Amino acid sequence: MHKKVHVQATINNEPVEFLCEPRQSLLECLRDILGLTGTKEGCNDGNCGACTVVLDDRIVTSCLVLGVEAQGRKITTIEGIAEGHKLHPLQQAFLENAALQCGVCTPGFLVAAKALLDAEPNPSEERIRLWLANNLCRCTGYDKIVRAVKQCATEVNA
Amino acid sequence: MKWFDYSAPSSLSEALKLLRENSQALLLAGGTDLLVQMRAGRKQTDLVIDIKNIAELNQLVLDASGLRLGAAVPCYRIYNHRDIARGYPALSDVASLIGGTQIQGRASIGGNLCNAAPSADAVPLLIALGAICRIAGPSGERTVPVEEFCTAPGKTVLKQGELLVSLHLPPPKPHSGAAYLRFIPRNEMDIAVAGAGVSVELNNGNFQSVRIALGAVAPTPLYAKQAGDSLAGKPVNDACIQTAAELAKAAASPITDMRGTAEYRRHLCAVLTARALKQAIQRAQEAK
Repeated sequence: MHKKVHVQATINNEPVEFLCEPRQSLLECLRDILGLTGTKEGCNDGNCGACTVVLDDRIVTSCLVLGVEAQGRKITTIEGIAEGHKLHPLQQAFLENAALQCGVCTPGFLVAAKALLDAEPNPSEERIRLWLANNLCRCTGYDKIVRAVKQCATEVNA
Repeated sequence: MKWFDYSAPSSLSEALKLLRENSQALLLAGGTDLLVQMRAGRKQTDLVIDIKNIAELNQLVLDASGLRLGAAVPCYRIYNHRDIARGYPALSDVASLIGGTQIQGRASIGGNLCNAAPSADAVPLLIALGAICRIAGPSGERTVPVEEFCTAPGKTVLKQGELLVSLHLPPPKPHSGAAYLRFIPRNEMDIAVAGAGVSVELNNGNFQSVRIALGAVAPTPLYAKQAGDSLAGKPVNDACIQTAAELAKAAASPITDMRGTAEYRRHLCAVLTARALKQAIQRAQEAK
């Protein structure tokens, strides 16, 4: 008899418990069980990065993580980036640079780019582009996204 | 995905017991190949065994005996390790060119090997570096040179109940260097059209020993022994490098597919081998 699994994790600094099937991805658990629909499903095979979350201290594509693997781990999703109604400077920079159009890739880009800036406050354009290579955007052509990340880095360091 | 159960044993013996009791079990490290294949219906199982909680599979130890790389160690831990960047810079290169940042947060070199894709980026370099695979199974442990590990696309020497525990790389010799180069039509996030991994050991302006291996140009990653051996004792110059590159090209038996024609892949073998040799030579000359 198949049994669901009880998982305890810390999501966006809150202790969270959920019951999932072992075959459910972390992405499905976040969206369908926990209602955290900010994380998007794009390709569902690790190429597009729309489902990027932070797992402990690394960004991962949550479609390629099982929900059960979250047991005891710390996860940050797009919902954990802003402070209440105050946008994170990176979110503000995306708005100011029009670094989004349809918006499906945006949560993944924000989570991934924030992780870069947290680790490396002043990355070069080449570094930003390489770091974000696992995030696909079919609207913007990337330049505005890269500019927004660069602007955020410059402002935060100023 | 079909329903499966999940187990995350914390010891090797427990994992081996689960493997023995569930002949169809699949092992999960980073999951960047496995979960994609399961979702596509190419692999099915009743039990997924997560091997990431097992100490031996997570070890990353660099000492006088070389490098012990646990089969589940994700790529980022390799390229973030300063001593590996110094001692095995080509391994750092490979760990940072598989997939993108998110994939590197999960994918392991051991998984890249066990997935046994002909185009696996890590494997030609592991062959060039003379890596040894440590395998545990029902009848104890055994070791296999990495060039013998992959037997066909998606197939390995692992028998029922066995798992790859770790990879052991010999300590870098003085005046030695290694490199891996691949060709892809974009800058990142792509599968190699062809790849070449080489290691060289120099001695007073001559090659002492050389190992050359190729990716994506045969059913398995290919050890081009003759090409490397042809350089032993030869002077380090363009003519000798070109001769070895042509021998590597001759060893390849590529297919034509959406990524490139067989003819183009053969051409790439010579170009990539020569360039990788030059990079490895430079590293050997800079090494103390």
